[in-house]
Amino acid sequence: MSEKKKITVSIMDGPFENARTVTALRLIDIAARRGYDITVFAYEGAVSLAFVKQTAHANAVHGRDAAEEDHPLPREWIAALLQTATANGGSIDWINCGLCVDERGMSEAIPGTRRGSPADLLKAAEAADGTLIIGTR
Amino acid sequence: MAKRILQIIDAPYRCTIEEQDDPAIWITHAMKGAGGEFGVLLRASAVNYAVKGQDASGLSFGDRKQTQPMRVEHELARLMEKDVAVYVVEEDVKERGLSSGDLLPGVRSVTRAGVARLFGEFDGVWHW
Repeated sequence: MSEKKKITVSIMDGPFENARTVTALRLIDIAARRGYDITVFAYEGAVSLAFVKQTAHANAVHGRDAAEEDHPLPREWIAALLQTATANGGSIDWINCGLCVDERGMSEAIPGTRRGSPADLLKAAEAADGTLIIGTR
Repeated sequence: MAKRILQIIDAPYRCTIEEQDDPAIWITHAMKGAGGEFGVLLRASAVNYAVKGQDASGLSFGDRKQTQPMRVEHELARLMEKDVAVYVVEEDVKERGLSSGDLLPGVRSVTRAGVARLFGEFDGVWHW
């Protein structure tokens, strides 16, 4: 039996823009289900993924009210990922780049995430079995 | 001993107005300062980052002038001063009508065929 894996993932894109972020979260979900220790470094626009004020809305085009529309919110996905990791004996250290947070006024993040710096990414990468960088295109 | 990381940049001039820098170059500076060991590989259109004489100044929106535009060649030169090797893909330079004389002193050329060998000199490859 191999020892528990540590992985680091850096995400750079904000939510509601492209498939890369969703793909990254799906990969993190797999790792969380396997009980890995995961560090996520949210860089640049990705700091808004955990923004606490994301709000679901109705969708008139779909003819649905807010409850029926049940709009996906990345902050809820992240909260679920944090719980999944813990439930499977792993962990997610979700770090929001502090300067990127300040630039965007995104200081209100969901519980379980924290503010950090590029030094935290470096430290996590040094300790990780693998690091995945998902840059903006 | 820190892991040696090769930072690959191929999507240049993206958000460089707002950030007044390239985020991948910026974070390389930041992590180098934190004790990391890095190289930078510029490929595709990003080879233009290594061109001398760039001037991004002069932008304004109404009376709001940008006073600190990106100085990417300066930032690359500063990285090299910190012993971060900066590489460009030779064919990507030529395809854009550039020559080695257009590039910052100290920038190293690597052929496309040599990129895989370059990867082998690093413990990790991060594609921004």
